Amino acid sequence: MINTMNKLNLANGCIEMVHGSGGRAMQRLIEELFLAAFDNPILRELSDQASFDLPAGRVVMATDSHVISPLFFNGGDIGSLSIHGTINDVVMSGAQPYYLSAGFILEEGFALSKLKKIVDSMAAAARDAGVPIVTGDTKVVEKGKGDGVFINTTGVGVVTSDIELSAKKIRPGCSVLLSGSIGDHGVAILSQRENLSFETTLCSDSQPLHRLVRAMIEQVPDIVAMRDPTRGGLATTLNEMAAQSGTGIIIDEKAIPIKAPVKAACEFLGLDPLYVANEGKLVAFCPPEKAERLLEVMQSQPEGKEAAIIGEVGEDRNHFVQMKTLFGGHRMVDWLTGEQLPRIC
Amino acid sequence: MKYVDEYRNGDLASQLSAKIHHLANAERSYRFMEFCGGHTHAIFRYGIPDLLPSNVRMIHGPGCPVCVLPMSRLNQAIELAQNKQVILCSYGDMMRVPGSRKMTLLKARAEGADVRMVYSCSDALQIAKDNPKKEVVFFAIGFETTTPPTALIIKQAAAQQVGNFSVFCNHLLTPSAITSILESADIRAMGALMLDGFIGPAHVSTVIGSQPYEYFAREYHRPVVIAGFEPLDLLQAIAMLIQQVNDGRAEVENEFARAVTREGNRKAKKHVADVFELRKEFEWRGLGLVPYSALRINKSYKAFDAENRFNLTTTRTTENRACECPAIIRGVKTPRDCSLFAIGCTPENPIGSCMVSSEGACAAYYSYGRHYEQNND
Repeated sequence: MINTMNKLNLANGCIEMVHGSGGRAMQRLIEELFLAAFDNPILRELSDQASFDLPAGRVVMATDSHVISPLFFNGGDIGSLSIHGTINDVVMSGAQPYYLSAGFILEEGFALSKLKKIVDSMAAAARDAGVPIVTGDTKVVEKGKGDGVFINTTGVGVVTSDIELSAKKIRPGCSVLLSGSIGDHGVAILSQRENLSFETTLCSDSQPLHRLVRAMIEQVPDIVAMRDPTRGGLATTLNEMAAQSGTGIIIDEKAIPIKAPVKAACEFLGLDPLYVANEGKLVAFCPPEKAERLLEVMQSQPEGKEAAIIGEVGEDRNHFVQMKTLFGGHRMVDWLTGEQLPRIC
Repeated sequence: MKYVDEYRNGDLASQLSAKIHHLANAERSYRFMEFCGGHTHAIFRYGIPDLLPSNVRMIHGPGCPVCVLPMSRLNQAIELAQNKQVILCSYGDMMRVPGSRKMTLLKARAEGADVRMVYSCSDALQIAKDNPKKEVVFFAIGFETTTPPTALIIKQAAAQQVGNFSVFCNHLLTPSAITSILESADIRAMGALMLDGFIGPAHVSTVIGSQPYEYFAREYHRPVVIAGFEPLDLLQAIAMLIQQVNDGRAEVENEFARAVTREGNRKAKKHVADVFELRKEFEWRGLGLVPYSALRINKSYKAFDAENRFNLTTTRTTENRACECPAIIRGVKTPRDCSLFAIGCTPENPIGSCMVSSEGACAAYYSYGRHYEQNND
């Protein structure tokens, strides 16, 4: 008989097709693993939906699917990342995050011990951010049709003030601020990929930014736009902002914080750190006269202590992002073509 | 970062820039070709044109192995990848270069081919050992820099009797390509006007040494300065070239003395000589057939030659007639002179060879230098 009657074997068991069949095995997985870790009154209802009230204001919603390899990396795992990523997408609007959902696609044969580690890490990240997971879903796919685990999370938040952040509000003259060093996440992940592992003590920067954002919004409500430079890195985010606002952006290479291990790894892999992913950084645009104050506020928060003013917005009908190089010249920082591939020599 | 930041120092750069402005004779112009794609990339990445006087111009040569690989050879690599028995291992920047009908190794992979991106040819040998039931082919490209590692890995495969490993060899020789440029009809027709000197390759020269360039300096009366890939190396080399031109000298000078000797790396050259032999001619995209410009695996190691092991189809390929890459890599035209540049031909949809890799002249100009025109509007 299939393992449906026994307690979930979290130490040595693995995901079986029955865990997604809607029967007792699935119930057990939900109760003994997900509910036990995420426990909160709304989730405990175990309904098909979560029901809650929100404070008055503009509701903000964001969703993100996580398919990262490797699942565990220096500074985090797919679980904590799936919480931080979505919270950050919600808070870039200036919202306070309230609730999360979590959907799992599990591959047959995936070790329950690993899944527990991931789920516990999600629970800890959600608790730390004070944003409960209130509804969820689990599906199981046959062995070979997934990559261990895929996680989708959706977040809901509310903007209670009359603040309305938008790239469209960026004007020539605006200052560009960055909350910390770039490329940490991407390089940490690359260093642990099977086919090109190299040794580094570098950790992913995966972290929630709601505290930092709240301080920024409260102290400097004149911020016009914010975004987290995840996939495609700082360069891609700046190009999006320039295109959407119809401006040009000039950044100063000297001002952009990059950790030595990131520089070194990018150097020998032939990558440009401007295009490497981050998971706990933000870029903010504000009127120039508020830049110093905003910088001070950012640096006073743990998530922004290395914040810097990295450039300014100008007029440019081509919507180019340009960089003043350390070397004293100028160059374009273009959109990425396909994925960044290592160079031969 | 130690040993890197020293060569990217902005203060030293402005001092060297001032020196170049001082040295350059306003009465004349200077046109120098950097042969190597690594230099092209560095020139744009660090904004070096901003630091040069307007009468000192850099011409971007054909030295990007990804760019000059003819489409027919890429088609053969794709054909190998599509063979169900084969795992094809390739360097990263070859993966999205389009062959005929816009097929790429990345697309072949999406359609089910087993294509692995490797950092080093030793990874490919390991994949062969891990997959004894598969044929593992390493898609070898590059100039003299990547040739010695390929030679070594073939020797290792032979010593360890890894029977399912072979190499699809596309290794090229730098000096033959420089000769081809200097000998080409359009360059000769324009005479001394076109190129006043060469920046010699960095990594290639660590292997072959500075000696092979002495022939060009003597025969064509053009100065050659071998330079490292860092931006200060480049500025220093440009200053040295201007000085030579001003003095009427045509010598081989070595700016990259911290890594390059006159003889080069004897051990590396020996490995190459043991495993490879010259091809009578080889097609370079943009330059056409260049005599004695490439290597193939010699008889002793024939068993590891993918061209010998697989029956590869030779395809006839044609380039877009409007494409100016051949003239661009000879320094006769610039990317802006091409009617396809940035319109039909972009890094996303490259038509000509100079657009396919970030080290190609057109791609570097597109990605890093488009603002120059805007500023000059």
